[in-house]
Amino acid sequence: MMDWEAIFATIAPELLLVSAGLIGVLIGAIVGDRFNGVSFRLGALVLFLAAGAALYNFEGAEAFGGLVTTNAFVNFAKVVSFILAGVALFMAEGFMRRHETIRYEYSLLVIFAALGMGMILSASDLMTLYIGIETLSLSSYVLASFHRDSARSAEAGLKYFVLGALASGMLLYGASLVYGFSGSTRFEAIAEAELSIGLLFGMVLMITGLAFKVSAAPMHVWTPDVYEGSPSPVVAFFAAAPKMAGMVVFAHVLFTAFGPAFEDWRIIVAIIAAASMIVGAFGALAQTNIKRLLGYSSIANVGYALVAVAAGAELGAGALLLFMTAYAIASLGLFGGVLAMRRRGGMVEDIQELSGLVRTQTGMALALTVLIISVSGFPLAVGFLGKLALLQAGLDAGLLPLVIILILSSVVAFGYYLRLILIMWVNEPKEAFERVDGSVMLVITTTALITIALFVFIAPFDRAIDAAAAGLLG
Amino acid sequence: MGGFWILSTMTFLPLLGALLIVIVRTATAGQASEDDQGRKAMAAALIVSGATFIASLWVFANFDTSRAGYQLVEEAQWYGTITYKMGVDGMSMLLILLTTFLTPLCIIASWTSIKERVTEYAVAFLVLETLMIGVFCAMDLVLFYIFFEAGLIPMFIIIGVWGGVDRIYAAFKFFLYTLLGSLFMLAAVVYMSIVAGSSDFEVLEQYAFTPTAQTWLWLAFAASFAVKLPMWPVHTWLPDAHVQAPTAGSVILAGILLKMGGYGFLRFSLPMFPDASQLFQPAMFVLAVIAIVYASLVAFRQTDMKKLIAYSSVAHMGFVTLGIFSFTEAGVQGAIFQMLSHGLISAALFLIVGVVYDRMHTREIAAYGGLVVKMPIFAALFMMFTMANVGLPGTSGFVGEILTMVGAFQASTWAAAGAALGVIFSAVYMLRLYRETVFGEITNPKLETMTDVSAREMSTLIPLAIGVILLGIAPWLIFDITESTTTRILTLMAGG
Repeated sequence: MMDWEAIFATIAPELLLVSAGLIGVLIGAIVGDRFNGVSFRLGALVLFLAAGAALYNFEGAEAFGGLVTTNAFVNFAKVVSFILAGVALFMAEGFMRRHETIRYEYSLLVIFAALGMGMILSASDLMTLYIGIETLSLSSYVLASFHRDSARSAEAGLKYFVLGALASGMLLYGASLVYGFSGSTRFEAIAEAELSIGLLFGMVLMITGLAFKVSAAPMHVWTPDVYEGSPSPVVAFFAAAPKMAGMVVFAHVLFTAFGPAFEDWRIIVAIIAAASMIVGAFGALAQTNIKRLLGYSSIANVGYALVAVAAGAELGAGALLLFMTAYAIASLGLFGGVLAMRRRGGMVEDIQELSGLVRTQTGMALALTVLIISVSGFPLAVGFLGKLALLQAGLDAGLLPLVIILILSSVVAFGYYLRLILIMWVNEPKEAFERVDGSVMLVITTTALITIALFVFIAPFDRAIDAAAAGLLG
Repeated sequence: MGGFWILSTMTFLPLLGALLIVIVRTATAGQASEDDQGRKAMAAALIVSGATFIASLWVFANFDTSRAGYQLVEEAQWYGTITYKMGVDGMSMLLILLTTFLTPLCIIASWTSIKERVTEYAVAFLVLETLMIGVFCAMDLVLFYIFFEAGLIPMFIIIGVWGGVDRIYAAFKFFLYTLLGSLFMLAAVVYMSIVAGSSDFEVLEQYAFTPTAQTWLWLAFAASFAVKLPMWPVHTWLPDAHVQAPTAGSVILAGILLKMGGYGFLRFSLPMFPDASQLFQPAMFVLAVIAIVYASLVAFRQTDMKKLIAYSSVAHMGFVTLGIFSFTEAGVQGAIFQMLSHGLISAALFLIVGVVYDRMHTREIAAYGGLVVKMPIFAALFMMFTMANVGLPGTSGFVGEILTMVGAFQASTWAAAGAALGVIFSAVYMLRLYRETVFGEITNPKLETMTDVSAREMSTLIPLAIGVILLGIAPWLIFDITESTTTRILTLMAGG
């Protein structure tokens, strides 16, 4: 006897996404090119509806004999990820149209990637987790090489695919070890199994695979290249939604399946966190390409978020959600800025191209400044509260060395964030960028306003995060 | 007080003005020339900052000087254990008045010297004013940190956009130096709010941290305030920032931002970490005396007028450190007084340099000489502020220095003796500066065309001159206000 209600409550968003995706394939096959433009707007709408579905069943449930379990913690991440994916799709249309690669397949791939995100977030079984990750990854590889005529895009896709396949292999091998030594693929059962060397070995391999997916050092090397080579709207998508989902899954798997091994994985996560913070901060210093720079910045930010993971479920869960939400929103807005960097019909990517932006496009320069301030964790934008929560979690958990590395790498990171602000405010202006798409401008200004609004009116949002963190702890 | 949030109104009035300027500018973009817009923006900024000054006087009128502790408290829930809590006591009241007093003067001083991006300049100054007032009003540690830190961005932009030739280097140095110190303070703030369960000043003042915790927390706070004050050896950002900043930027930097360091020591280090403060007293005395003597000697060797005054600031802030860490009533009263007095005097001296810089576009002392012939009123005003900086009786400089030294003498004879040396040196370098610029023959032919201070420049210098003299002959005006605060800090320190 199937409990339809529980099934529906658990997988409603994914059900919506998979039906929309498959129907989209059919429509595309029938009406062809006429579907291209509409698919972007419809796709964004579907993603927003999926976010709504996740919000509707916020408390979550269990279905399919424990293969899929949702709770408030993962549903929070789902809502945010789906919205971010929808917004990224919404602002991609103009870019794709101009590059004559506007195809409905793009929207469908984003929807399938979002399906993958939903699946890994709901996963409470190694099988579901792996299938979800592959759904997300395979869609991502294709998206990275979506500009198939461009050598850079093809290279990015291939690089991502080869390294990603290796990471998937490690994840799968780790999962098989974990299954072998614990006797089950279910997270609950793994958590109850006796801690053996084999189980820990499998866990380490799984951490390695997951670290690749969220681009934590030392599994980060693909990030700058893929960020640089992929089409900008794709990077805007990568940098926000899958990042948010990936980090939450990383934490969720460790917190639930490997909860009893906390003391064992904590040191690994702490080392990965420290390495990511340092690599991200120093790596970005020398970058002149805005996409590579933001790529390194994302590595550093993953490092910061991992501090919350190392702090453990009780102290870190809320901090992780707040920090990642703040980062993902600001990151999406900043990539909106990258999409707006267009001169004489082509994209420009050197940071010097932003010179004197405050003189030529004041509104955009102000919004980007706010977003940079937020992403750097400076007061007056929500990014600061995210960092504050991380510091609280880290200090409360007694991770003093990690907190000190966080502080020092933040100072280094300020070096390049400030340089961006300086270029926009101080340098002599260049000619203005070409007219920015309405959708891109809307995203840049809205994200900037949201980062400030969340800073001032954090209280209700904070209550939602508390509820979400409580969902994880049960 | 009930109902009306007088402190928040005062604090956010400049920000509101800045927003209005931005909105009007965006709405009228293209209709008027940029220059014309700039003029109007400056006029608006002057009106807004003037209104803020009146608002601060209004706050002062509602302030009961006889009461110790925080007054006019406003409180609202914000985030977790952090509250939006504003309040003032005697010390912060005076520093707020200093801030709101200096900002309109800065706007007047920049009236003609800022020629590019004037609208942005006016906006940056108004935003900065809100953040500076916020620092002195905040009664929650995290809120304090937010105002304290956020002020860096507008100052960074003021130095970076309207500064001198090496402005980028100076702006980065200023920002990163201050930030490094501040982030350690942030970690300490977070730790304190975890341990004490609140970041409210009044709770933290009563909470007894363990001696070990105090030592670390004290060091983390000192990392921030020592850079801000600045103390030797972390003062090196100051001369660069001062030299490169536009005149009004230097005025705010010397007049207000440096005072945040002293304010921080008095507000947090002494009452919240009394044991650690006792522990570090000798070290602070040594650093303060080195700052006074070393900075004075360095000031003597400077060829750049602004750099000389910048080093003189380092020396004078040494007296503040000395007074604070004497833990005596005279010392602490003197330190607060010295902060106010130095706020007026250094502001005036930077404006004085600005007057000649606007005409000659050089700050080299060697380029000047014989100014008294061409600019008698200027020479008289300059003389007055020189004497005030030296600490001549009858000016505010004297009261601050003598009181901090009296306080220091009660705690350590040697420290007071070292500081006294600094008083002598200050006379040496200030008189040298005065002699070489104002007296002597006119050797530089360009000086022949110099004109005396204009009415606009007078309107910035005269209020400061009145302030300096008034505080010099009637210091009790200040002491009456700061006395209850001083007693309260020292009582808290003694464990009451």
